[in-house]
Amino acid sequence: MTDTTPPSPMAPTTALHSGPEAETTIRANAGQRALRLHRELTEVWADLPGLRGVFMSVNHGTIGRRFMATAFVFFAIGGVLAMLIRAQLATPRGDFLDTALYNQIFTMHGTIMMFLFAIPMLEGLALWLLPKILGARDMAFPRLSALGYWCYLFGGTTILLSLLAGVAPDSGWFMYTPMSGRVHTPGINADVWLLGITFVEISAMAAAVEITVTILRCRAAGMALTRMPLMGWYLLGTSVMMLVGFPPLILGSILLEVERAFDWPFFDVARGGDPLLWQHLFWLFGHPEVYIIFLPAAGALSTLIPILSRTPILGYGAVVASVLGLVFLSFGLWVHHMFAVGIPNMALGLFSAASALVAVPTAVQVFVWIGTMWKGRPELSLPMLHVMGFFLTFVMGGLTGVMLAIVPFNWQAHDTAFVTAHLHYVLIGGFVFPMMAAITYWMPLLSGRWRVSGLGEAAFWLIVVGFHGTFFIMHLTGLLGMPRRIDIYPDNPEWVLPNLVSSIFSMVLAMGFALFAFDIAMQALFGRRSQRNPWQAPTLDWAMALPAPAYNFASLPGPGKDEAGALLALARGEGLVPGAPRGWRETLVVEPGTGRPDHVAALPTNTMLPLATAAVIGSFFALMLAGLYVLTPLAIAAIIAMVWRWGAVMGTDRDHPPVEAAPGLALPLHWHRRTTLAYGGAVATLVADATLYACLIFGVGFLSVVAPGWPAPPSGLPAFLAAALSCLALAALLAGSVAARRVEARRASPAARPTAMIGVAAGLVAVVALAGVGFALDDPRRHARDALRGVLLGFALVHAVIATLFALRAWADARAGRLGATRRGAAPVWRLWQDYALATTAASALLVGLQEAL
Amino acid sequence: MVSVPALAACSGPLSTLDPAGASAGLIAGLWWVMLLGAALITTFVFALLLLAWWRKPAVGPDERVWTMGLGVGFTLTVLVGLVGYGFWVGERIVARDDGALRVSAHARQWEWEFTQPGPDGAPLVTQDVLYIPAGRPFDIEITSSDVIHSFWVPRLGGKMDAVPGRTNVARLMADAPGIHEGLCAEFCGIGHSVMRFTVVVYEEGAFPDLSEIAAETGEQP
Ligand code: HEM
Ligand SMILES: [Cu+2]
Ligand SMILES: [Cu+2]
Repeated sequence: MTDTTPPSPMAPTTALHSGPEAETTIRANAGQRALRLHRELTEVWADLPGLRGVFMSVNHGTIGRRFMATAFVFFAIGGVLAMLIRAQLATPRGDFLDTALYNQIFTMHGTIMMFLFAIPMLEGLALWLLPKILGARDMAFPRLSALGYWCYLFGGTTILLSLLAGVAPDSGWFMYTPMSGRVHTPGINADVWLLGITFVEISAMAAAVEITVTILRCRAAGMALTRMPLMGWYLLGTSVMMLVGFPPLILGSILLEVERAFDWPFFDVARGGDPLLWQHLFWLFGHPEVYIIFLPAAGALSTLIPILSRTPILGYGAVVASVLGLVFLSFGLWVHHMFAVGIPNMALGLFSAASALVAVPTAVQVFVWIGTMWKGRPELSLPMLHVMGFFLTFVMGGLTGVMLAIVPFNWQAHDTAFVTAHLHYVLIGGFVFPMMAAITYWMPLLSGRWRVSGLGEAAFWLIVVGFHGTFFIMHLTGLLGMPRRIDIYPDNPEWVLPNLVSSIFSMVLAMGFALFAFDIAMQALFGRRSQRNPWQAPTLDWAMALPAPAYNFASLPGPGKDEAGALLALARGEGLVPGAPRGWRETLVVEPGTGRPDHVAALPTNTMLPLATAAVIGSFFALMLAGLYVLTPLAIAAIIAMVWRWGAVMGTDRDHPPVEAAPGLALPLHWHRRTTLAYGGAVATLVADATLYACLIFGVGFLSVVAPGWPAPPSGLPAFLAAALSCLALAALLAGSVAARRVEARRASPAARPTAMIGVAAGLVAVVALAGVGFALDDPRRHARDALRGVLLGFALVHAVIATLFALRAWADARAGRLGATRRGAAPVWRLWQDYALATTAASALLVGLQEAL
Repeated sequence: MVSVPALAACSGPLSTLDPAGASAGLIAGLWWVMLLGAALITTFVFALLLLAWWRKPAVGPDERVWTMGLGVGFTLTVLVGLVGYGFWVGERIVARDDGALRVSAHARQWEWEFTQPGPDGAPLVTQDVLYIPAGRPFDIEITSSDVIHSFWVPRLGGKMDAVPGRTNVARLMADAPGIHEGLCAEFCGIGHSVMRFTVVVYEEGAFPDLSEIAAETGEQP
């Protein structure tokens, strides 16, 4: 069968190959019995039965569902905390909670909603949905999905437990120093936040790496980037923002935790630090975070609105441009959270204008959505109702956002209930409503069942009325001067009524959410079987049985079979790489831009490794939390051992014949390619890592230029010794880079093994030399400059250690016969990492050298 | 909509909508203009949305009207106007070097220490009460010795943070003699809710009797 179907009217969003460049050369595989294929694939792809399945699953469907279910539980908990807040504020002298507990509760409400509900929810949706809309069988790194989930679960649980123990974080969800510093928060409350959230953020980084690589490489054959479903663009934007947005927070958290634990002064003004450094790092993350949350939700809207209006989206190109615009602009806005900290007027103007500008790409999307509805024939189904809830809420949230971008008004409204109202309008309007639309829309695919009753509509109306009743009046409360984060207001009778109104309606809101959850549970438990493709959507996610099988597609979509209509052909194995004839979990890897098939990846299967790794990482965080710093090296050793095992199951010691993906289309397996998924993952990781490093350099620059308490006291660095050791370390790292190249070049010869050993030796020399520099440094507790030098050195040391491990991996590959004419093992990733370690270490050495010289 | 109840509901000792100084007045004006604009835009967007349900499909403006026309053109026009207006207001309310009266506010958990010219012109240090003459712009130097606080007198103007290690300056002015309330707007720990203060505005040259004020506000001079 060749691609002779005429382009469908839904061309831009869905049909992928109607253009002249379409690969008409991919022929159909011979049809087979769908049931037999299903059995064969299930055998390979299914989770193990019972408890082992719980602990060992790495399948994106399972992990995605877990993420979403867990996020929902956290949403419920955050919601209960919100109810406590509202109960306390219902009366001016609320003595329902004491102030200390109240502070914990609003901090935990914000923290849970942002880090344990919103982000994991979108990660879960992305993991579950992405392979289905792109036409793949799984995400690029299944084990990483599972690792992320366990880190999220363990970290989130720890944070929750702290609330039960009465030692929850209590400095507000943005944890401003010095409030969150050792002096003003002597207990472990702040450590719980810093360590717990960093632990949870491992899952965000894992998701970011994996979503990026999946979108760029795990699409259907012939699905060019420029024609992928819009959700792909949205999630690509999201994941890139996560790669670049989370590192500032992670760096900030590390610095603050090191300050709290070891008294290195990054934020202490008396010793050259500056509390504003925390604010910059936090909002450098915090503002993009809001768009990270919004983009996937907007992606759901751009997917649902056209389908539920029976027409293609109005402007594919305009939407893609707005997504890119949002990604770009959102990194230039963070200062609008800091308009009142004393920023020079010029900068205020600039950031104010940039903040207002971000409304443009948002407005473009809103008008595209409305225009799409004009063009089509919208139907008021339950998902559409939630879409209307989105418009009703988000438009106003966007408008108050523009108001807050205007500096003089911001000075009045900042830190008042007006901001609380605004942020809930955008978060509930821009995230929760679209997510409810998405969940009600995809429930049939998720559960295989159709709705039972009209409860969903009732829930919707309760939520809309409850929400606006709670938050609309809060704009006024704020303008009447009520600050946020206060627990009593005995002297302000004028705030009593609006607060009472908010509190009463918040009960309605809570009832609405409870009913929503009940409705979903009813559907999952008692709904009748849904018919296939119940919304008559043209998109690939519906080209599969309901509920979606673990492997998604019995054969993979390609030209001519890239729409929901291809369901039967794909189930019969007429697409690419049908079944699992080799007993592996195989999926297609394509070239990033064109979508031309490149190779077939055999993905890892059920394993305990992610859980075990998350557990040892957790032990590290637990030791830090308990203040047992001397024991942390044990945990680090355990982590290294685990990570070593991850590498050990990659690679192969023999050559595999190419896979016949389709008649006449023989593709190599991933072991025989250089640019594998793993290589892409390494590049993505380095992008995040480089952002972290850039933020660190920003920190050095910011403190030396802006912070009071500089210049630093005279340096006691022994110039000659430090220079000599640094040069030795750099030379060793350079030698490692040369060795990595040689190993890859000589991979087929016996020389590879000793060369790799040279790399290991060079790495060890670098590690020892860098450790030696450590002894020459001034006491990092003396001044921020010395503390930052300590961090720069720590960064170099960590990277040198990892580079050495990669060298060792390459050596082990050579020894195990995993290198060959086309098999490169870990060598390419080693080389990448080694070069990066060399470059950053050299930059750090140069920076310190300059500081010394000036 | 319930957002604009009777104007009476807008007054209050901490209300930004009941300005008693030039800066607060300009900002309140900005707010009313923005509210009007936002109401119009909201109505417009909701009307477009409603129309989507009632009109015949497939006839209507083409893509560029929605994206470039409404999305970019309309939005940018509004934004340029608004940002310009914001700059104009901003220019009028920031501190400048014109030899205005200088007072200072030093924050610590959870009280304010003010330094201002006293009855005899010599610096007077007070706790939680700030004395300023009416009708005269003044610059207030805001500092903190522990955590971050924020100085805010809603009826006089916007807030400014008190950040350890730096001195921030805000320009304010009170129109007429009277008593205004102020508070700490940045979360600063257990005492945040009660970190209030009072601003006493007196007729230039008629410094009030401190003990009278103390009786009235309950604060110690
Ligand atoms: C379920 C309905 C919700 C209610 C009734 C509610 C209520 C509140 C209230 C009253 C506050 C202000 C406390 C104060 O500072 O005085 C607050 C703060 C906050 N809420 Fe919600 N909220 C809800 C849902 C959400 C959701 C879904 C999110 C995010 C996705 C969210 C994020 C936040 C954040 C970030 C804060 C700031 C916390 C802080 O000041 O540290 N809330 N919420
Ligand atoms: Cu304070
Ligand atoms: Cu405060």
